[in-house]
Amino acid sequence: MAIPAEQLKSPVTVNLAWCKGCGICYSLCPTKVLIGNELSKAVVAHPELCTSCRVCEAHCPDYAITVEGGPKR
Amino acid sequence: MSVTSLKAKLMQGNQACAEGAIYAGASFYAGYPITPSTEIAEILSERLPQVGGRFIQMEDEIASMAAVIGASVTGAKAMTATSGPGFSLKQENIGHAMITEVPCVIANVMRLGPSTGGPTSPAQGDVMQARWGTHGDHPVITLCPNSVQECFELTVKAFNMAERFRTPVFIMFDEIIGHMRERVVLPEPGQIPVVNRKKPEVGPESYKAYEPVDETLVPPMASFGDGYRYHVTGLTHDETGFATTKPEKMAAHLQRLHDKINNFLPEVVDYEEQSIEDAEVVLLAYGSVARAASRAVKDARAAGLKVGLIRPITLWPFPGEAVKKAAAKAKAVIVAEMNLGQIINEVRVAVEGQAPVYGVLRADGEPISPTEILAKIKEVL
Amino acid sequence: MNPEIAQYYRVNKLPHIWCPGCSNGIVVRSIVEAIDKAGLDQDKTVIVSGIGCSSRAPGYMNFDTLHTTHGRALAFATGVKLAKPELNVFVITGDGDCTAIGGNHFIHAARRNIDLNVILFNNNIYGMTGGQYSPTSPTGTKATTAVYGNIERSFDSCKLAQTAGASYVARGNAFNTRQLTDIILKGIENPGFSFIEALSSCPVYYGRRNKKGGPADMLKWQRDVCVTQAAYDRLPEEKRAGKIITGVLHHEPQPEYTAEYAKIIEKAQGGNG
Repeated sequence: MAIPAEQLKSPVTVNLAWCKGCGICYSLCPTKVLIGNELSKAVVAHPELCTSCRVCEAHCPDYAITVEGGPKR
Repeated sequence: MSVTSLKAKLMQGNQACAEGAIYAGASFYAGYPITPSTEIAEILSERLPQVGGRFIQMEDEIASMAAVIGASVTGAKAMTATSGPGFSLKQENIGHAMITEVPCVIANVMRLGPSTGGPTSPAQGDVMQARWGTHGDHPVITLCPNSVQECFELTVKAFNMAERFRTPVFIMFDEIIGHMRERVVLPEPGQIPVVNRKKPEVGPESYKAYEPVDETLVPPMASFGDGYRYHVTGLTHDETGFATTKPEKMAAHLQRLHDKINNFLPEVVDYEEQSIEDAEVVLLAYGSVARAASRAVKDARAAGLKVGLIRPITLWPFPGEAVKKAAAKAKAVIVAEMNLGQIINEVRVAVEGQAPVYGVLRADGEPISPTEILAKIKEVL
Repeated sequence: MNPEIAQYYRVNKLPHIWCPGCSNGIVVRSIVEAIDKAGLDQDKTVIVSGIGCSSRAPGYMNFDTLHTTHGRALAFATGVKLAKPELNVFVITGDGDCTAIGGNHFIHAARRNIDLNVILFNNNIYGMTGGQYSPTSPTGTKATTAVYGNIERSFDSCKLAQTAGASYVARGNAFNTRQLTDIILKGIENPGFSFIEALSSCPVYYGRRNKKGGPADMLKWQRDVCVTQAAYDRLPEEKRAGKIITGVLHHEPQPEYTAEYAKIIEKAQGGNG
């Protein structure tokens, strides 16, 4: 049985105080883990799809995203 | 030239300035060739590496001023030298050093302007540019020697004041002083005190780069590379060194820049008086013109005329109190300067209408002679 | 913020002032990652900048930082490096700062081959002042001072650096952050003038007016047009137009200025007995 998405510990965390809603992360995320909210800020919608590739973190101009696990860059 | 044999020497004003810098502990010079200051660069290119210092000829005047500031934040005592057009070009970065409170010395050997003007002609036309050359408000310290000996001594003093007050200091002399050769007695090491900037006594965690810690209002200055990891910006900043747009912080910052010097005027302001006690005519002159004025005082006294001289050694801050006091007893005040009227306006302010103020003003590349000054004395009496 | 990089930032100064989608923050991250990989002593590393959007970066970086006047960062940095050669000195500059008002300092710092690591954030526009064309704005660019289109030709700042004498020249972009970090790291390792042009992007003043899409579109454009020299050479002729070569473009070690000056000091002191 699949664990509901909201109960998964997400490898991706978004600091909404720093996020300016540019949309880079959810545009570049290859597995669509992130989506934009009504302010176009990033929210984690599908943590179970995260491969910890860290593309979102590396391209967040505002250092608002942290991805646990995955390759050290 | 051997360093140790320097005692009494015949030298040029520009050379005395360079030797004064070495005496004061200068370890960095950046400059760009410009007449009539070039000898300062030439001499320091040879002398600085001898004492472990560094010289660089930069690509332009602007870069020279920038490099001096960069060197100073690492802890070096740094200077540049220039003349009118170069002094104009340096102004923006001088403003940067003012607001970031980076100690440094700028020698300006004055030639006739504006523009290229008369590169080899003496003048004193940069007096107001020294005071107001940058945009915005800040006090300036400007020293003005009238002899080769003073070129040496006031260069040492310029470094001392730069370090003491954490500010750029100008030493400005006209081309006559810069290129004149005179006997100079060079002091032994330690004979003239050498001042070094105050360093922080606290560790990096509690250091605030622009927070004064005592009544001097001068914040201790860490050197880059000492582990303080602090920020220097030309933006108006608060005591932490980071930019602020809060009106009260901006006001406090600019006020402190003024107060750190203006609260200590007796320590800063310097001038010399000659036969001023009973003077009915008060002369005011500086630099090479003060030598002619001094001669004129002697000649006038020999002719029974009560004439005295005030010679500002700090053009800025201007010794206005001394002028005011002397003018109170005088029938006339005469200002002699190699421009068409610069410090004379400051004198008028200081005199406060107590006596008429006349000028012996000249901006034709020729020095002002004692005869001209004497003629004016006789005319106004 | 990822703890891997947090030590290199003044975290209490964040979030930064840059616009949403401005890629300056991405480039700064590559700089600190390169510093981390190079193992530089944070207390012996200085960041110098001029004026403009990118030049605000040092305020967020946890080093000794010097924010100077417009165009003059390289001249300030020359003073820092020459006065204290043991410091690692970085210069963060922009296309206007480095190649317009600071053009003279740029070519002469390169000519001296003084050991500075220069990262030019090229966003092809003056952002801080609201979108005027810069020396790297392509011909035809629309800008607030080129409303009919820019008629000037643009600089290739990498060719300029190489011609002027830089011993290391590279170009990267904000999309390919691994490559960018890597070429900055190689620049750090080069004892001499290392010049790295980092293609940045300004979605607000450049992108919007020139119909380049949103922030992500501008990064994807970088992904699509940037190729290494090797990849470019493999491309058929008809696919080469509009490509931008990235990677290390030039590396030819030359005598370094402060090392040469140390010899001057030795000579001057030896000669003096």
